Order: sequence, then structure tokens, then C-alpha cells
Amino acid sequence: MSAAQLYGLVLAGGHSKRMQRDKAALEYAGKPQLVRAMELIAPLVERAFVSVRPDQQQDAQRAVYDTVVDLTPDLGPLAGIQAALRAQPARAWLVLACDLPFLSAPTLRHLLAHRAAARQATAYRSRFDGLPEPLCAIYEPSARDALEHWIEQGNRCPRVWLSSADVELLELPEPRALDNINTAQEYAAAIAALGAPGAADAVIDRPRRLKVRYFALLREQAGRGSEAVQTCARTPQELYEQLQRERGLTLAPQFLRVAVNDEFGDWQQALADGDTVAFLPPVAGG
Amino acid sequence: MNPFSLHERSLNPAALLEGLRHPACGGYVTFEGAVRDHNAGRSVRRLEYEAFAPLALREGERILTEACVRFGIERACCAHRIGALQVGELAVWVGVAAAHRGEAFDACRYIIDHIKHRVPIWKKEYYDDGDSGWVNCEACAAAPPTAADSQRALSAHRHD
Repeated sequence: MSAAQLYGLVLAGGHSKRMQRDKAALEYAGKPQLVRAMELIAPLVERAFVSVRPDQQQDAQRAVYDTVVDLTPDLGPLAGIQAALRAQPARAWLVLACDLPFLSAPTLRHLLAHRAAARQATAYRSRFDGLPEPLCAIYEPSARDALEHWIEQGNRCPRVWLSSADVELLELPEPRALDNINTAQEYAAAIAALGAPGAADAVIDRPRRLKVRYFALLREQAGRGSEAVQTCARTPQELYEQLQRERGLTLAPQFLRVAVNDEFGDWQQALADGDTVAFLPPVAGG
Repeated sequence: MNPFSLHERSLNPAALLEGLRHPACGGYVTFEGAVRDHNAGRSVRRLEYEAFAPLALREGERILTEACVRFGIERACCAHRIGALQVGELAVWVGVAAAHRGEAFDACRYIIDHIKHRVPIWKKEYYDDGDSGWVNCEACAAAPPTAADSQRALSAHRHD
């Protein structure tokens, strides 16, 4: 059986309650995030649609695109996925939230490259709780009946559905790619992390240049004492998660300390371009 | 001489002690840590110490300063080996000079205990059976998230 043709759906039908303004219109690098999301998804799918509530159909920002209109009220993002699968039952859908400012084309291409069309869905594993991320995922035609049944039973959380579904679960190639933005504070933090508004679009993907130092067991596992890395990781914690995967480091972070620029640091501190980060295994002097 | 130092060659306890002498001090306590031929039930043939030098020197000096303030001692010094060491070789030397013996003993104990736990120095043991291992590291492997972890995350998953 060949894989179903892939359509794209950008979810922009939310109420943006916590942000208190339309999230689709928030700008990063001078571009509304709905536009950015559509530009990311369009080259990867046969056709791209914006998911809207019935009352958003006339919204100018959304009306320039093909839309899929929610059929069930108060169903959250699941309404958009349901409407898409009903509208085109023979298609698979790449579903994307519009509020993922750190999402880049490589992360989407990685998802497509590892798509398991014979399963119900392909999704990334959340870096926060290990559960599937429903809003950057591929839903196959075979997901439709199971999802409808799930909704009929009064459920509305796509994460919970995915957790029980037949899902191909992938590790994120960029750890923070799916961090989303729900509050004004998070928006401000994302703007700061991405650089000044109006900077080139490439700022979204521009990594920090860091020097990483490894010691003892970590040095042996990494096969080097230090290296220069270009990374989108914002904190030592995100950097270690990335290096754990890339270098096969087996030490759990709770056993380590971190040093930034030759002084003990914090796992959550913001990293700056040019910083040197050292990961320190349990010590054994004396 | 820096109060905390790292050395690639053998330590000289007599010279280190001379550097500690002070006319106001009547009590000198030194500690010598040497490479043992066994650890945790295994025969050890040799060791290797590795340090993150800039931070090890800073943290080592912080510990010595703390000991001086805390115990009111006159002087404190610590020298630590790095590199390859054979059984019986001196790995670490701590010396304390104080007016009286009580605070000198206490400060010396404080220093060596904190050096072991805080200074970024690592020890690899090479065993008689050909095996080797980093002390305190080998049991800290990360386990991938288990099905039980995900189940817990699922039950904790809430919506606003």
C-alpha cells in the first residue's frame, strides 16, 4: 500500500485566551506567525490549508488561504484535525500549530522523512514529558475512525488520543523546536531569544556558536575533550539534551554540574554566543 | 606559592610543609592521601586523575579560604596530583597551620572532605583484571523514559 497524499493544516482557530490577542498575528522577524507557518508547510505538502472556526472565515489574515472550517464547537485543536480528516478522508494531514516560533524547516523535513504511513500517526516526543506532540504531527487516513470514536466518547485532548494510538514516535532533532507561545511573557522571551524583530528571517534558525568541554567519562563517550558547536539550544539543559543524543552520552543530567565560562553555572541560565560550556561528571578528587 | 595547586609530577611534602611555616603557629596538621591498591573490593593497579584546571584552582582556593575563616587558622595549603599515578604514590597533600592543634585538626578535615566533593577532579581506576572505570560515574547512566514514566506524565497531563 502506498502512502496517502499529504495535505497540510495550520491550526489558527484558537481563542488566544492567555495571550489576549490573536496569536496568528504575532510577529517574529517581522512576519505574522500564521504566514510563517504557512510558508514552512506549503513546500512540503500537496495543498496547505488554514484551520478556522466558523466565525473566523471572514478574517482578512486567514481568508487569503484555503481554509478548513471547524465542524464541532468547543473541541479545541481536535476540531481542526477532525474537520480536515472528514473533508479529505483519503489524505494524510500534516498538522501544525501556528504558535511554534522555534520550528524550522529541518524539523518538519525530519518528521516527513520518518513518516510511518502504515501507522495512525507520526509525531515527536515532547522534551518536557515524553508524550507525543499532537500539533506538529502527521495524521494518516487510518486515524480518522479512531479519532471520531474518541471524540464521541467525550474526549477532546489530541495528546491523550495520540498516547493510546498506533503512533510512530520520533525524537526531536532540535530540542526546543516545538516550544510554544501562550502568554505575553513567553512571546517577549521568544522575541529576545530570536533576536530583534525585523532581523533577517534566517534569525529563526541562526544557532549560537558555543564551545563545549567534556571531562572524564563524558570525554571518553564524546570521543573528544572539547568541540565547537552551533546550536539552537538556549540553556545548558537544552544543550546537554541535544549532545546526549548526538554524542551518546549516558550520564543523566541530575548527576552532573555545569560550568559556563570556567565558573559553576545553572542549568537554566541563558547561553550567549561565544560561551564555553563544560559538563562536569561526579567528581572524585582526593 | 598558590595555596591550591595542581601538579603533573610527584609532590614534595617537606617543601610544602616549609611553605606553611609561620611564627604565630604552634599547631601543624597535614594530611597525605596516597593511591591504594584496592577500592570497593577490586584490586587497583594504577590511577589517572583529570582536572578542569581553571575551575579546580578557583574552587580549591575557595575551600581553603572558607577553612581559614571558619576555623580561624593562620594558613592552609593543598596540592593535588593530576595525570598517571602508581600504587603508593602521593595523590593529595593538605597542610594547615594554626595557633593551636584543635582548630588545625578540624580545618584539615574540613578541607580534604570538601576537596573530594567539590573540586572538579576525576579519578579513573585501572584494575588488575584489565578493566577500568571512573570513580562515582559508572552508576549514573541515564535511563531512557520508560512506559511507566509516560504513563505518569499522561496522568499528570492537564488542560486549562
